[in-house]
Amino acid sequence: MPENYFDHAAACPLMPEAFEAMKPFLTDRFGNPHSIHSFGTEPVKALEQAREQIARFINAPTTSIVFTASASESNNLALKGLARAREKEGRHIVISAIEHQSVLKSAHALERLGFEVTEVKVDEHGIVHPKELEKAIRPDTILVSVQHASNEIGTIQPLAELAQLSHQHTALIHSDGTAATGRIPVDVTRLGVDSYAFSAQSFYGPKGAAALYLKTGTRPVPLIEGGVQEKGYRAGTEDIPSIVGMGKAAEVTRSRLAEWSAKMGRLSKRLLTELPRKIDQIVLTGHPEQRLPGHVSLCVEFIEGEAMLLSLDDQGIAAASGSACTARTLKASHVLLAIGLLHAVAQSSLVLTMGKDTTDEDIDHFLAELPPIVDRLRAMSPLYAKFKKGEDPYEARERSFKGGH
Amino acid sequence: MYSEKVMEHFRNPQNVGEIENPDGIGEVGNPVCGDMMTFHVKVEDNILTDVKFKTFGCGAAIAVSSMVSEMAKGKTIEQALKITNADVAKELGGLPPQKLHCSNLGADALHAAIRNYLEKQKGAK
Repeated sequence: MPENYFDHAAACPLMPEAFEAMKPFLTDRFGNPHSIHSFGTEPVKALEQAREQIARFINAPTTSIVFTASASESNNLALKGLARAREKEGRHIVISAIEHQSVLKSAHALERLGFEVTEVKVDEHGIVHPKELEKAIRPDTILVSVQHASNEIGTIQPLAELAQLSHQHTALIHSDGTAATGRIPVDVTRLGVDSYAFSAQSFYGPKGAAALYLKTGTRPVPLIEGGVQEKGYRAGTEDIPSIVGMGKAAEVTRSRLAEWSAKMGRLSKRLLTELPRKIDQIVLTGHPEQRLPGHVSLCVEFIEGEAMLLSLDDQGIAAASGSACTARTLKASHVLLAIGLLHAVAQSSLVLTMGKDTTDEDIDHFLAELPPIVDRLRAMSPLYAKFKKGEDPYEARERSFKGGH
Repeated sequence: MYSEKVMEHFRNPQNVGEIENPDGIGEVGNPVCGDMMTFHVKVEDNILTDVKFKTFGCGAAIAVSSMVSEMAKGKTIEQALKITNADVAKELGGLPPQKLHCSNLGADALHAAIRNYLEKQKGAK
């Protein structure tokens, strides 16, 4: 078990309050919330209480929350469900180039069904500019999807502005809020989005519990049919223990977020300031100001991400990377390529995501351990050797890319 | 994810570096995952007396480079050319399926360095 956990974007630990709230529903309160008999009473009450807690967390009406099992499912339901619901009005969808795979793949699936998809470029900081979105929108655009913030580079989008623009062109706008929830306050009413996906594990709730916010009147075609649960938007008996845990986690996070957010922001700022002083040739990725608190993303040139992660893990530090070698698909992160990085630079990605319990000591440990790891790996790197000799380290790579196997 | 043997070679890779005035240099890159390896060889009486490498890549790529260099050192040119990807992966106690291409890269880089030496020999004659 690593002593320093910097991968909260992958999973947050379950908060004790949520665990306690879940327990009775894993044991004696096992009933189906849709049962008429008394075993259903407590579960249905708990389900509706959780819905209220979660609605309050994002400032939405209680009736607007649909429970799902993951943010990926929520994104699938929004994209596929809303596109199908509006297909008679148009068959064009606009997404940003840095969406999560669950949005990208849903959009590609829709393409195979005859929809057209336009990807909006982002700038070098990962921002979707309203004027770029406007260029992509057509008279037959029915749906726009832009994430609220990026898990990979931390950039927060001007979502309210993008929502307004989409509506001016009579398109709905969906947003993936997985990275934003638990780090910054979210007010879907003020943002003006039509749907918003998020999951409990972003704010110390259990895995397997997630939600899709649907603005009043927004009606996707369901992906899972066959039951009356969740107003027909998602058939299947609700996972009451997980939903209860999500509700409790939302309630606690809502009351503590200002404090957590300020602390995480201070800690990430420390890293962003101190890392470039300790290590040369690093590229900080994402927006310098419009970024998530507690999120640090960088590229340590000339060395590869997975090698850094393994070395950090040996020192008790857990982190993430967008390098191709860390991905099962063996493709560099499309987000890092979309902000204009060379493949070789994207290979050297490192992503650190802090949580509510991260301390200054964790940061001290990381700042002490990373530089020797970088030195060791750079001493092995042919790219670094070229750089040291004053040669262009990336020119050779471009050549090798053309060669190939 | 990795075998103990892989982690051992990743943590303490053998033969890292460059050879001054090498007899052969091989440089290969993988366009799919973006790894890059450079192998230097020294040849005396048809035997690889020294092998050194530099690698930009993941844990598997570094471990593979180290293992290939160990396996090739002291071998004849003919023996070293017969080292296959499968041999390297086997010596490392196996590699995860998505990392098998790293072992291809290691053997390729060594063979490229040897071919570079053989071409130079041909040119000298």
